[in-house]
Amino acid sequence: MTAPFRDITPAERARSTSFYEASARTRLELLLDAGSFVEFIGPEQREISPHLNIFDLPEQFDDGIVVGHGRLDGAPVFVAAQEGRFMGGAFGEVHGAKLTGLLRAAREIGRIPVLILFDTGGVRLQEANAGELAIAEIMRAVMEARAAGVKVIGLIGGRSGCYGGGGLIAGCCSALAVSEPGRIAVSGPEVIETNRGVEEFDSRDRALVWRTMGGKHRRLLGAADVFAHDNVQDFREAALALLDLVGPFGLERLKAEQERLADRLRRYGACLDAVDIWTAEGIAHAETVPELPADQFIALADRIGRTSRDAR
Amino acid sequence: MEDFSFQHNVRARAGGTRQTAIVGVVASGNLEVLVERVLPDAECALDIKTAALGFGEVWRAVIGDFVERYSPGGLRFSINDGGARPDTVSLRLAQAVRLIAENGQ
Repeated sequence: MTAPFRDITPAERARSTSFYEASARTRLELLLDAGSFVEFIGPEQREISPHLNIFDLPEQFDDGIVVGHGRLDGAPVFVAAQEGRFMGGAFGEVHGAKLTGLLRAAREIGRIPVLILFDTGGVRLQEANAGELAIAEIMRAVMEARAAGVKVIGLIGGRSGCYGGGGLIAGCCSALAVSEPGRIAVSGPEVIETNRGVEEFDSRDRALVWRTMGGKHRRLLGAADVFAHDNVQDFREAALALLDLVGPFGLERLKAEQERLADRLRRYGACLDAVDIWTAEGIAHAETVPELPADQFIALADRIGRTSRDAR
Repeated sequence: MEDFSFQHNVRARAGGTRQTAIVGVVASGNLEVLVERVLPDAECALDIKTAALGFGEVWRAVIGDFVERYSPGGLRFSINDGGARPDTVSLRLAQAVRLIAENGQ
């Protein structure tokens, strides 16, 4: 390391590094115990997309996802991190296969948890069918890994958010941590506007996008279990906390999840805006939630207590 | 897409013991540089795939300047470019040499 960094501990570096701004590789380096990351199918193996060349589009040597294993507070973990700046972190054939393979390895071993650092707009449209199949394979692989006793934790705070098939996979995870700039949904703002009209959803209304899909709303709805500050150290601590919290997976838990979602629909199905939901949840001055600093928001979210700890 | 390959003879071997390193991301105005220590000490090679057509002479100048300044002997650089400006290319090449010059894997 260079002189200015010599006296900085890894934790301090992780605390001062924005998760949103960092690359997939930097996120993994700072999330895991220092020097513990070992990559599977690294860029030097050049497992690139077989489709992009046909469209005269640039390739990336890791196809936009970094997978491997490392240690978190001394304990082994499998990790996957999407690079949201390469084609919006979208799932192509190779990209998806790397995550499927990682999850199947975790299923075979049966104990070592998996952390997925989502940063994706969904399926890479140039690889449409292969990408859609990859989403289905990954969802199955997540559920098979969980059924084999593996905890699968999603961390969401990247510039591309977690959209499309990524949102579906996130819904299959044991637990999620999200930061304010992280967004979780299936159809993105532009997709909704294109299909249903600007009266339904104005994709240029940033405040609307964030209060509908952003990290604060997902935390208050119970879709995400932990709200993290936008730095890598906070996501590391969130991952450790979630690994502690997640209980065993089975039919009872799935039934509890179904009940949680049905209850949510009953309570809030008629709400027209996220502010209406927050008001219905009993939050005074709900319209101020988007402006709350992270610390105050975390205190509020913990008081509301709507987490999915008993379900999922 | 357009491809370029450059071979240079260099003064000295690049420092460090790492065998591979990677920097950057393939995005608009950005590029990734994969560097591998696979050549004889007095040689270096660069393979470029770029989305921006017609900039062969600019690449030649940027690469020539880089090789002269850093003498990256023994290194093969593989570049996927999303249309980065010359200053960004120079920066990523310098970062790649710096990273592989660290000790470790």
